[in-house]
Amino acid sequence: MKAAKFDYERPADLDGALRLLGGGGDVYAKVLAGGQSLGPMLNLRLAQPGLLVDVTRIPELTRVEDDGEALVLGACVTHAMIEDGKVPDVTGGALPSVAGAIAYRGVRNRGTIGGSVAHADPAADWPTALSALGAEAVVRGPSGSRTVPVSEFIVGVFETVMGEDEILEAIRIPKLSADARWGYYKVCRKPGEFADAIGAVLVDAEHSVHRLVIGATNAAPVTIADAAEVLGGNGVPGASFDLDAARRLVDGADTNLDDMERHIHAVALKRAVEQVAK
Amino acid sequence: MKKTVNLTINGRSVTAEVEPRTHLADFLRDDQRLTGTHLGCEHGVCGACTVIMDGEPVRSCINFAVACDGTDVRTIEDFDDDELMAHLRQAFTEEHGLQCGYCTPGMLIMARDIIARLPDADESRIRLELSGNLCRCTGYVGIVRAIRRVLAERKEVASV
Repeated sequence: MKAAKFDYERPADLDGALRLLGGGGDVYAKVLAGGQSLGPMLNLRLAQPGLLVDVTRIPELTRVEDDGEALVLGACVTHAMIEDGKVPDVTGGALPSVAGAIAYRGVRNRGTIGGSVAHADPAADWPTALSALGAEAVVRGPSGSRTVPVSEFIVGVFETVMGEDEILEAIRIPKLSADARWGYYKVCRKPGEFADAIGAVLVDAEHSVHRLVIGATNAAPVTIADAAEVLGGNGVPGASFDLDAARRLVDGADTNLDDMERHIHAVALKRAVEQVAK
Repeated sequence: MKKTVNLTINGRSVTAEVEPRTHLADFLRDDQRLTGTHLGCEHGVCGACTVIMDGEPVRSCINFAVACDGTDVRTIEDFDDDELMAHLRQAFTEEHGLQCGYCTPGMLIMARDIIARLPDADESRIRLELSGNLCRCTGYVGIVRAIRRVLAERKEVASV
Protein backbone atom coordinates (compact mmCIF):
# COMPACT_ATOMS: atom_id res chain seq x y z
CA MET A 1 0.00 0.00 0.00
CA LYS A 2 2.88 2.35 -0.65
CA ALA A 3 3.11 4.27 -3.90
CA ALA A 4 5.98 3.69 -6.28
CA LYS A 5 8.44 6.57 -6.55
CA PHE A 6 7.36 9.70 -8.34
CA ASP A 7 8.45 13.31 -8.62
CA TYR A 8 6.18 16.13 -7.55
CA GLU A 9 5.75 19.68 -8.79
CA ARG A 10 3.28 22.35 -7.74
CA PRO A 11 3.17 24.98 -10.47
CA ALA A 12 1.93 28.46 -9.54
CA ASP A 13 -0.23 28.93 -12.62
CA LEU A 14 -1.90 27.12 -15.48
CA ASP A 15 0.85 27.90 -17.98
CA GLY A 16 3.39 26.38 -15.62
CA ALA A 17 1.26 23.24 -15.32
CA LEU A 18 0.91 22.98 -19.10
CA ARG A 19 4.69 23.33 -19.52
CA LEU A 20 5.26 20.46 -17.07
CA LEU A 21 2.73 18.25 -18.82
CA GLY A 22 3.97 19.02 -22.29
CA GLY A 23 7.70 19.03 -21.73
CA GLY A 24 8.23 15.69 -20.04
CA GLY A 25 9.77 13.66 -22.84
CA ASP A 26 9.76 10.10 -21.52
CA VAL A 27 8.26 11.05 -18.14
CA TYR A 28 4.65 10.00 -17.67
CA ALA A 29 3.00 12.90 -15.86
CA LYS A 30 -0.36 12.82 -14.08
CA VAL A 31 -2.33 15.82 -12.89
CA LEU A 32 -3.12 15.77 -9.15
CA ALA A 33 -6.38 17.66 -8.63
CA GLY A 34 -7.32 16.51 -5.12
CA GLY A 35 -6.07 12.97 -5.40
CA GLN A 36 -8.97 11.21 -3.73
CA SER A 37 -9.06 8.63 -6.54
CA LEU A 38 -5.49 8.97 -7.74
CA GLY A 39 -4.12 8.65 -4.17
CA PRO A 40 -5.59 5.15 -3.70
CA MET A 41 -4.50 4.17 -7.22
CA LEU A 42 -0.95 5.30 -6.46
CA ASN A 43 -0.93 3.46 -3.12
CA LEU A 44 -2.20 0.31 -4.84
CA ARG A 45 0.35 0.90 -7.64
CA LEU A 46 -2.41 0.76 -10.23
CA ALA A 47 -0.99 4.09 -11.40
CA GLN A 48 2.78 4.61 -11.54
CA PRO A 49 3.42 8.03 -13.04
CA GLY A 50 6.91 9.50 -13.02
CA LEU A 51 5.65 12.96 -12.13
CA LEU A 52 2.65 14.37 -10.28
CA VAL A 53 1.65 17.89 -11.26
CA ASP A 54 -0.34 19.27 -8.31
CA VAL A 55 -2.77 21.87 -9.69
CA THR A 56 -4.89 22.35 -6.56
CA ARG A 57 -3.29 25.67 -5.56
CA ILE A 58 -3.59 27.32 -8.98
CA PRO A 59 -5.89 30.31 -8.44
CA GLU A 60 -7.41 30.07 -11.97
CA LEU A 61 -8.64 26.57 -11.11
CA THR A 62 -10.56 27.52 -7.98
CA ARG A 63 -12.41 30.49 -9.43
CA VAL A 64 -16.20 30.59 -9.48
CA GLU A 65 -17.93 32.75 -12.07
CA ASP A 66 -21.41 33.48 -13.33
CA ASP A 67 -21.25 34.20 -17.05
CA GLY A 68 -24.93 35.05 -17.31
CA GLU A 69 -26.11 31.79 -18.84
CA ALA A 70 -24.05 29.40 -16.79
CA LEU A 71 -22.08 28.86 -13.62
CA VAL A 72 -18.40 28.29 -14.30
CA LEU A 73 -16.64 26.26 -11.62
CA GLY A 74 -12.87 25.99 -11.68
CA ALA A 75 -11.75 22.37 -11.91
CA CYS A 76 -10.38 22.38 -8.35
CA VAL A 77 -13.59 23.42 -6.59
CA THR A 78 -14.17 20.69 -3.99
CA HIS A 79 -17.28 18.56 -3.59
CA ALA A 80 -17.64 19.90 -0.02
CA MET A 81 -17.75 23.52 -1.28
CA ILE A 82 -20.63 22.58 -3.58
CA GLU A 83 -22.32 20.52 -0.84
CA ASP A 84 -22.11 23.40 1.64
CA GLY A 85 -23.46 26.03 -0.77
CA LYS A 86 -20.17 27.93 -0.87
CA VAL A 87 -20.67 28.24 -4.62
CA PRO A 88 -23.94 29.46 -6.14
CA ASP A 89 -26.44 26.78 -7.10
CA VAL A 90 -28.00 27.32 -10.54
CA THR A 91 -29.66 23.90 -10.67
CA GLY A 92 -32.45 24.06 -8.09
CA GLY A 93 -30.58 21.88 -5.64
CA ALA A 94 -29.22 19.25 -8.03
CA LEU A 95 -25.56 20.23 -7.63
CA PRO A 96 -25.42 20.23 -3.80
CA SER A 97 -27.45 17.03 -3.51
CA VAL A 98 -25.13 15.17 -5.90
CA ALA A 99 -22.02 16.62 -4.22
CA GLY A 100 -23.22 15.69 -0.74
CA ALA A 101 -23.60 12.02 -1.65
CA ILE A 102 -20.13 11.55 -3.11
CA ALA A 103 -18.01 9.16 -1.05
CA TYR A 104 -17.52 10.50 2.50
CA ARG A 105 -17.00 13.93 4.03
CA GLY A 106 -13.26 13.36 4.48
CA VAL A 107 -13.04 12.66 0.75
CA ARG A 108 -15.36 15.49 -0.26
CA ASN A 109 -13.15 17.99 1.56
CA ARG A 110 -10.28 17.27 -0.84
CA GLY A 111 -11.83 15.75 -3.96
CA THR A 112 -12.64 18.14 -6.80
CA ILE A 113 -15.26 18.35 -9.53
CA GLY A 114 -12.69 18.66 -12.31
CA GLY A 115 -10.57 15.86 -10.90
CA SER A 116 -13.58 13.56 -10.91
CA VAL A 117 -14.55 14.42 -14.50
CA ALA A 118 -10.98 14.14 -15.81
CA HIS A 119 -10.48 10.85 -13.96
CA ALA A 120 -13.53 9.54 -15.89
CA ASP A 121 -14.39 6.67 -13.58
CA PRO A 122 -17.81 5.57 -14.86
CA ALA A 123 -18.95 4.79 -11.31
CA ALA A 124 -18.28 8.34 -10.08
CA ASP A 125 -21.16 10.81 -9.72
CA TRP A 126 -20.05 13.89 -11.67
CA PRO A 127 -19.60 12.28 -15.10
CA THR A 128 -23.24 11.15 -15.06
CA ALA A 129 -24.75 14.11 -13.20
CA LEU A 130 -22.98 16.74 -15.30
CA SER A 131 -23.85 14.94 -18.54
CA ALA A 132 -27.50 15.07 -17.48
CA LEU A 133 -27.24 18.75 -16.54
CA GLY A 134 -25.84 19.57 -19.99
CA ALA A 135 -22.56 20.84 -18.53
CA GLU A 136 -19.45 21.54 -20.58
CA ALA A 137 -15.80 20.85 -19.91
CA VAL A 138 -13.43 23.75 -20.60
CA VAL A 139 -10.11 22.24 -21.67
CA ARG A 140 -6.86 24.23 -21.85
CA GLY A 141 -3.94 23.10 -23.96
CA PRO A 142 -0.75 24.63 -25.32
CA SER A 143 -2.65 26.13 -28.24
CA GLY A 144 -5.57 27.56 -26.26
CA SER A 145 -8.96 26.59 -24.88
CA ARG A 146 -11.71 24.38 -26.21
CA THR A 147 -15.10 23.50 -24.84
CA VAL A 148 -16.55 19.99 -24.96
CA PRO A 149 -19.91 18.79 -23.57
CA VAL A 150 -19.22 16.52 -20.57
CA SER A 151 -21.36 13.88 -22.32
CA GLU A 152 -18.79 13.80 -25.14
CA PHE A 153 -15.73 14.50 -22.97
CA ILE A 154 -15.69 11.00 -21.49
CA VAL A 155 -15.27 8.38 -24.20
CA GLY A 156 -14.66 5.25 -22.16
CA VAL A 157 -13.63 3.82 -18.81
CA PHE A 158 -10.97 6.23 -17.43
CA GLU A 159 -10.74 7.69 -20.92
CA THR A 160 -11.39 11.24 -22.09
CA VAL A 161 -10.88 13.32 -25.24
CA MET A 162 -8.01 15.22 -23.58
CA GLY A 163 -4.48 14.92 -24.88
CA GLU A 164 -1.59 14.33 -22.47
CA ASP A 165 -0.60 18.01 -22.77
CA GLU A 166 -4.07 19.32 -21.87
CA ILE A 167 -5.73 20.21 -18.55
CA LEU A 168 -9.39 20.36 -17.61
CA GLU A 169 -9.71 23.99 -16.55
CA ALA A 170 -13.35 24.41 -15.60
CA ILE A 171 -16.85 23.00 -15.72
CA ARG A 172 -19.58 25.19 -17.17
CA ILE A 173 -23.03 24.37 -15.80
CA PRO A 174 -26.02 25.96 -17.57
CA LYS A 175 -28.62 27.64 -15.37
CA LEU A 176 -31.87 25.74 -15.18
CA SER A 177 -35.25 27.42 -15.39
CA ALA A 178 -37.30 27.68 -12.19
CA ASP A 179 -39.63 24.81 -13.07
CA ALA A 180 -36.93 22.39 -14.20
CA ARG A 181 -37.23 18.91 -12.70
CA TRP A 182 -34.24 16.82 -11.67
CA GLY A 183 -34.11 13.14 -10.82
CA TYR A 184 -31.04 11.22 -9.68
CA TYR A 185 -30.88 7.71 -8.29
CA LYS A 186 -27.73 5.87 -7.34
CA VAL A 187 -27.54 2.18 -6.44
CA CYS A 188 -24.79 1.52 -3.89
CA ARG A 189 -24.14 -1.47 -1.65
CA LYS A 190 -23.26 0.98 1.11
CA PRO A 191 -23.55 4.79 1.31
CA GLY A 192 -20.47 6.46 -0.12
CA GLU A 193 -19.24 3.55 -2.17
CA PHE A 194 -18.83 3.78 -5.90
CA ALA A 195 -22.16 3.24 -7.60
CA ASP A 196 -23.33 -0.02 -9.12
CA ALA A 197 -25.78 1.95 -11.24
CA ILE A 198 -26.88 5.57 -11.66
CA GLY A 199 -29.95 6.95 -13.38
CA ALA A 200 -30.24 10.70 -14.01
CA VAL A 201 -32.93 12.76 -15.67
CA LEU A 202 -33.38 16.45 -16.37
CA VAL A 203 -36.65 17.86 -17.67
CA ASP A 204 -36.45 21.57 -18.34
CA ALA A 205 -39.40 22.23 -20.62
CA GLU A 206 -38.68 25.96 -20.92
CA HIS A 207 -35.33 25.13 -22.50
CA SER A 208 -36.77 22.11 -24.41
CA VAL A 209 -34.55 19.73 -22.45
CA HIS A 210 -35.66 16.13 -21.83
CA ARG A 211 -32.42 14.32 -21.06
CA LEU A 212 -31.73 10.90 -19.54
CA VAL A 213 -28.37 9.46 -18.57
CA ILE A 214 -27.47 5.86 -17.78
CA GLY A 215 -24.38 6.00 -15.58
CA ALA A 216 -22.00 3.72 -13.72
CA THR A 217 -21.88 1.33 -16.66
CA ASN A 218 -18.80 -0.50 -17.91
CA ALA A 219 -18.39 2.24 -20.53
CA ALA A 220 -18.83 6.00 -20.76
CA PRO A 221 -22.13 7.34 -19.36
CA VAL A 222 -24.87 7.01 -21.97
CA THR A 223 -26.71 10.26 -22.60
CA ILE A 224 -30.13 10.11 -24.24
CA ALA A 225 -30.43 13.74 -25.25
CA ASP A 226 -33.89 13.63 -26.78
CA ALA A 227 -36.01 11.67 -24.34
CA ALA A 228 -39.19 13.77 -24.66
CA GLU A 229 -41.16 11.01 -26.33
CA VAL A 230 -40.14 8.22 -23.98
CA LEU A 231 -40.88 10.50 -21.02
CA GLY A 232 -44.41 11.00 -22.25
CA GLY A 233 -44.41 14.13 -24.39
CA ASN A 234 -46.22 17.12 -22.97
CA GLY A 235 -47.98 15.49 -20.03
CA VAL A 236 -46.48 15.01 -16.58
CA PRO A 237 -42.96 13.92 -17.48
CA GLY A 238 -42.30 10.31 -16.70
CA ALA A 239 -45.82 9.39 -15.57
CA SER A 240 -45.99 6.48 -18.01
CA PHE A 241 -42.30 5.53 -17.78
CA ASP A 242 -42.19 2.02 -16.35
CA LEU A 243 -39.48 -0.58 -15.77
CA ASP A 244 -40.00 -2.06 -19.25
CA ALA A 245 -39.46 1.34 -20.84
CA ALA A 246 -36.31 1.83 -18.76
CA ARG A 247 -35.06 -1.64 -19.64
CA ARG A 248 -35.56 -1.03 -23.37
CA LEU A 249 -33.40 2.10 -23.12
CA VAL A 250 -30.69 0.28 -21.16
CA ASP A 251 -30.74 -2.69 -23.57
CA GLY A 252 -30.39 -0.33 -26.51
CA ALA A 253 -27.40 1.51 -25.05
CA ASP A 254 -23.71 0.74 -25.29
CA THR A 255 -23.12 -0.18 -21.65
CA ASN A 256 -21.08 -3.39 -21.72
CA LEU A 257 -23.27 -4.78 -18.92
CA ASP A 258 -24.59 -8.28 -18.30
CA ASP A 259 -28.27 -9.11 -17.91
CA MET A 260 -28.45 -8.66 -14.14
CA GLU A 261 -26.53 -5.38 -14.29
CA ARG A 262 -28.82 -4.06 -17.01
CA HIS A 263 -31.76 -4.80 -14.75
CA ILE A 264 -30.18 -2.79 -11.90
CA HIS A 265 -29.55 0.10 -14.29
CA ALA A 266 -33.15 -0.02 -15.50
CA VAL A 267 -34.33 0.18 -11.88
CA ALA A 268 -32.03 3.16 -11.19
CA LEU A 269 -33.31 4.95 -14.29
CA LYS A 270 -36.94 4.25 -13.43
CA ARG A 271 -36.46 5.56 -9.87
CA ALA A 272 -34.76 8.70 -11.16
CA VAL A 273 -37.67 9.34 -13.49
CA GLU A 274 -40.13 8.76 -10.63
CA GLN A 275 -38.54 11.74 -8.89
CA VAL A 276 -39.43 14.08 -11.77
CA ALA A 277 -42.89 12.57 -12.16
CA LYS A 278 -43.89 13.48 -8.61
CA MET B 1 14.02 13.39 -5.11
CA LYS B 2 13.10 14.67 -1.65
CA LYS B 3 11.14 17.89 -1.26
CA THR B 4 10.99 20.36 1.60
CA VAL B 5 7.65 20.87 3.31
CA ASN B 6 6.67 23.43 5.90
CA LEU B 7 3.49 22.76 7.78
CA THR B 8 1.93 23.16 11.19
CA ILE B 9 1.31 19.96 13.13
CA ASN B 10 -0.60 20.21 16.39
CA GLY B 11 0.34 23.85 16.70
CA ARG B 12 4.02 23.22 16.05
CA SER B 13 5.85 24.56 13.00
CA VAL B 14 7.51 21.65 11.20
CA THR B 15 10.00 21.69 8.35
CA ALA B 16 11.00 18.37 6.86
CA GLU B 17 12.45 16.69 3.81
CA VAL B 18 9.99 14.16 2.41
CA GLU B 19 9.86 11.80 -0.51
CA PRO B 20 6.87 12.77 -2.63
CA ARG B 21 5.43 9.26 -2.33
CA THR B 22 5.25 9.41 1.48
CA HIS B 23 1.64 9.87 2.46
CA LEU B 24 0.69 12.16 5.31
CA ALA B 25 -0.16 9.30 7.68
CA ASP B 26 3.28 7.69 7.31
CA PHE B 27 4.86 11.09 7.72
CA LEU B 28 2.91 11.70 10.94
CA ARG B 29 3.57 8.26 12.37
CA ASP B 30 7.11 7.44 11.23
CA ASP B 31 8.69 10.86 10.93
CA GLN B 32 6.80 12.83 13.58
CA ARG B 33 6.21 9.85 15.92
CA LEU B 34 2.54 10.75 16.24
CA THR B 35 1.21 7.21 16.30
CA GLY B 36 -2.28 8.15 17.45
CA THR B 37 -3.25 8.30 13.78
CA HIS B 38 -3.99 4.72 12.73
CA LEU B 39 -3.64 3.15 9.31
CA GLY B 40 -6.18 0.57 8.24
CA CYS B 41 -6.78 0.14 4.54
CA GLU B 42 -4.37 2.74 3.13
CA HIS B 43 -6.62 3.44 0.20
CA GLY B 44 -9.18 5.84 1.56
CA VAL B 45 -11.94 3.42 2.54
CA CYS B 46 -11.76 2.73 6.29
CA GLY B 47 -11.39 6.21 7.81
CA ALA B 48 -9.01 5.13 10.61
CA CYS B 49 -6.39 7.66 9.47
CA THR B 50 -8.72 10.67 9.47
CA VAL B 51 -7.04 13.88 10.72
CA ILE B 52 -8.02 17.54 10.64
CA MET B 53 -6.44 19.67 7.92
CA ASP B 54 -7.21 23.38 7.86
CA GLY B 55 -10.22 22.71 10.07
CA GLU B 56 -11.70 19.87 8.04
CA PRO B 57 -11.44 16.09 8.31
CA VAL B 58 -9.33 14.46 5.60
CA ARG B 59 -7.84 11.00 5.06
CA SER B 60 -4.15 11.13 5.75
CA CYS B 61 -3.41 7.91 3.84
CA ILE B 62 -4.38 9.27 0.42
CA ASN B 63 -2.93 12.77 0.81
CA PHE B 64 0.79 12.97 0.25
CA ALA B 65 2.81 14.90 2.82
CA VAL B 66 4.49 16.93 0.08
CA ALA B 67 1.07 18.22 -1.03
CA CYS B 68 0.26 19.35 2.52
CA ASP B 69 2.85 22.12 2.43
CA GLY B 70 1.53 25.20 4.23
CA THR B 71 -1.43 23.46 5.83
CA ASP B 72 -2.43 23.23 9.48
CA VAL B 73 -2.76 19.59 10.54
CA ARG B 74 -4.26 18.39 13.82
CA THR B 75 -4.02 14.77 14.88
CA ILE B 76 -5.86 13.04 17.72
CA GLU B 77 -2.95 13.92 20.06
CA ASP B 78 -3.85 17.61 19.77
CA PHE B 79 -7.29 17.18 21.30
CA ASP B 80 -6.28 16.29 24.87
CA ASP B 81 -7.49 19.64 26.18
CA ASP B 82 -10.34 20.11 23.73
CA GLU B 83 -13.60 20.45 25.61
CA LEU B 84 -15.79 18.85 22.94
CA MET B 85 -13.37 15.95 22.45
CA ALA B 86 -13.28 15.37 26.22
CA HIS B 87 -17.06 15.15 26.17
CA LEU B 88 -16.90 12.63 23.30
CA ARG B 89 -14.21 10.53 25.01
CA GLN B 90 -16.40 10.28 28.10
CA ALA B 91 -19.45 9.31 26.03
CA PHE B 92 -17.47 6.74 23.98
CA THR B 93 -16.30 5.18 27.26
CA GLU B 94 -19.73 5.05 28.86
CA GLU B 95 -21.66 3.95 25.75
CA HIS B 96 -19.19 1.25 24.65
CA GLY B 97 -18.12 3.27 21.63
CA LEU B 98 -14.93 1.29 21.29
CA GLN B 99 -13.51 -2.14 21.95
CA CYS B 100 -10.13 -2.74 20.29
CA GLY B 101 -9.64 0.97 19.69
CA TYR B 102 -8.21 0.71 16.19
CA CYS B 103 -10.86 2.85 14.51
CA THR B 104 -11.25 5.18 17.50
CA PRO B 105 -8.92 8.07 16.53
CA GLY B 106 -10.67 8.38 13.17
CA MET B 107 -14.09 7.92 14.76
CA LEU B 108 -13.45 10.67 17.31
CA ILE B 109 -12.14 13.11 14.69
CA MET B 110 -15.20 12.43 12.53
CA ALA B 111 -17.62 12.51 15.46
CA ARG B 112 -16.30 15.90 16.49
CA ASP B 113 -16.78 17.21 12.95
CA ILE B 114 -20.35 15.88 12.83
CA ILE B 115 -21.24 17.58 16.12
CA ALA B 116 -19.67 20.89 15.08
CA ARG B 117 -21.12 20.88 11.56
CA LEU B 118 -24.51 19.23 12.13
CA PRO B 119 -25.82 20.09 15.61
CA ASP B 120 -29.31 18.86 14.64
CA ALA B 121 -28.24 15.50 13.22
CA ASP B 122 -30.58 12.62 14.04
CA GLU B 123 -29.57 8.98 14.23
CA SER B 124 -29.89 8.26 10.50
CA ARG B 125 -27.85 11.34 9.60
CA ILE B 126 -25.16 10.36 12.11
CA ARG B 127 -25.00 6.89 10.58
CA LEU B 128 -24.79 8.36 7.08
CA GLU B 129 -22.01 10.74 8.07
CA LEU B 130 -20.14 7.90 9.78
CA SER B 131 -20.41 5.60 6.77
CA GLY B 132 -16.83 6.34 5.81
CA ASN B 133 -15.43 5.08 9.11
CA LEU B 134 -15.33 1.33 9.59
CA CYS B 135 -15.51 -0.36 12.99
CA ARG B 136 -15.22 -4.13 13.27
CA CYS B 137 -16.00 -4.46 17.00
CA THR B 138 -18.96 -2.44 18.12
CA GLY B 139 -21.51 -2.79 15.34
CA TYR B 140 -21.62 1.02 15.51
CA VAL B 141 -24.47 1.01 18.05
CA GLY B 142 -22.34 2.32 20.89
CA ILE B 143 -20.58 4.87 18.69
CA VAL B 144 -23.85 6.29 17.38
CA ARG B 145 -25.29 6.34 20.90
CA ALA B 146 -22.23 8.22 22.18
CA ILE B 147 -22.54 10.88 19.48
CA ARG B 148 -26.29 11.25 20.04
CA ARG B 149 -25.67 11.65 23.75
CA VAL B 150 -23.11 14.41 23.26
CA LEU B 151 -25.41 16.20 20.81
CA ALA B 152 -28.32 15.99 23.26
CA GLU B 153 -26.29 17.09 26.27
CA ARG B 154 -24.85 20.05 24.41
CA LYS B 155 -28.31 21.09 23.32
CA GLU B 156 -29.51 20.90 26.91
CA VAL B 157 -26.67 23.11 28.07
CA ALA B 158 -27.28 25.55 25.23
CA SER B 159 -30.98 25.90 26.07
CA VAL B 160 -30.43 26.58 29.80
